[in-house]
Amino acid sequence: MEALTNRVKPVDRRPMSFLEKIYLPAIMKGMSITFGHIFKKRPTINYPEKIRPFSPVFRGLQILNRDEEGRENCTACGLCAVACPAEAITMEGAERKLGEEHLYREEKYAAKYEINMLRCIFCGLCEEACPKDAIYLSETFAPANYQRKGFIYGKDDLLIPDPKTEPEAYAKAKGNRANKETVK
Amino acid sequence: MLFIDWTIVIEKFVLIAVVVFGSLGIAMYSTWAERKVAALMQDRRGPNRAGPFGLFQPLADGLKLFMKEEIIPTYSAGFLFILGPCLAMITAVMTSAVIPWGDKVHFFGRDISLQIADINIGILYVFGVVSLGVYGIMIGGWASNNKYSLMGALRAASQIISYELSMGIALIALLMLTGTLSLKTMVSQQMDHIWNIAKQPLGFLIFLVCAFAECNRTPFDLAEAENELVAGYHTEYSSMKLGFYLFAEYINMFISSAVMVSLFFGGYDIPFINDAHLLQHVGTNWMAFFHIICLLGKIICFILFFMWVRWTIPRFRYDQLMNLGWKLLIPLALANMTITGVIVLWHHYGSPF
Repeated sequence: MEALTNRVKPVDRRPMSFLEKIYLPAIMKGMSITFGHIFKKRPTINYPEKIRPFSPVFRGLQILNRDEEGRENCTACGLCAVACPAEAITMEGAERKLGEEHLYREEKYAAKYEINMLRCIFCGLCEEACPKDAIYLSETFAPANYQRKGFIYGKDDLLIPDPKTEPEAYAKAKGNRANKETVK
Repeated sequence: MLFIDWTIVIEKFVLIAVVVFGSLGIAMYSTWAERKVAALMQDRRGPNRAGPFGLFQPLADGLKLFMKEEIIPTYSAGFLFILGPCLAMITAVMTSAVIPWGDKVHFFGRDISLQIADINIGILYVFGVVSLGVYGIMIGGWASNNKYSLMGALRAASQIISYELSMGIALIALLMLTGTLSLKTMVSQQMDHIWNIAKQPLGFLIFLVCAFAECNRTPFDLAEAENELVAGYHTEYSSMKLGFYLFAEYINMFISSAVMVSLFFGGYDIPFINDAHLLQHVGTNWMAFFHIICLLGKIICFILFFMWVRWTIPRFRYDQLMNLGWKLLIPLALANMTITGVIVLWHHYGSPF
């Protein structure tokens, strides 16, 4: 039969030599390779003591942002809920009362803000849709839970710590997002 | 009291308890060592979460197996289903009765020999019990009422009986040299003399290959190959019955290593040291301690060798395995036996020419 291409290579079909037939030298060679692997460096790391670093644009858990004075940015405009392809975000707006100026930036704020982590696909479209820089995706994972209702994260799970009262926690939660402050 | 020598009974009882629990403990940590060695050879780490270096992992595994639900299939043969793993475990542990673990210890004014039963057909007893071990597998496969388990059990049984033949014939050549079946005598013949491995290298190689086949260990483990027969003869078993099968395999491995060390590598003889001189220096009890440590060290080397081979070589196909057993190993063992016989007779009667 003719060869179909001109890249045919001849296969080595010689009968096995005596040393090849008894298989023992080949087995010894294989065993020395396996033995050598015991002394090589392993790529496994001991999670959770050591963690491989994520890239700065990693899309993890959502965080609701505050400005430098500690006022919440979110105005419950609903653009993130509309942008979310998995319909994971729900919110209820409320009006800012007279004594609450230091808590919220604008006159409308989100009284109830819930993200269903089981629906969220961590695409980041809510971050892109927000006009107030109020929600962004950070570097943490969504941890495991035993029940479904544990996965519906409310405002107190998502809100960033207050920079006035807990500056270290705020700085830690901000992470290296300062590097990715793009224009909105 | 009742004309029974209670001291002997208690002495043997304690020795049996120590040997059985010792072999169970070693089998348990063999599972840990297997996972660690496998991981080391595959560029990963192995269990290191349960306790330092994962040393409590076998305890966790044992606890998990006890806590699992005992599933007994409705159409399985009830009594036989439970008997299978029991037989496998009983025969695995029974073989440890004739292995000499050391010379003797001196306690309470008596010399206690460190071998449970010094019968003068030692190695033949081991063979007999290993043949009974086939029953454990066959009964397990049959009682599962599952055609894949039956196929797996048939393959395992045929593999074991084929390789027992060449094991026996390779052993006959050794017996011609030692002149005795008792393991204790064989070990004492090798103390401070040349080990039998130098006198019977081909016999050792055949015995080694057959020991791999007897323990259903890769490359001969198609009886329990995960991707061939689901899990072979222990598919339908859950919880501790499965634990018994797996454990019996590790105990078999331990005892095969012990037998090989006693036959070919001098048993508890400490290499490069004159044991008789050392005995006069340190006394009987310390000597027995050193002997046991030495024997355990050699056995551990063999067990690590078993595991090393497992993670290197792919497994045999069934016809390749049968080919190897019947068409290659038996003629080789027979040739070994004939040549050894000729050399022994030559040595004994001088040259006939």
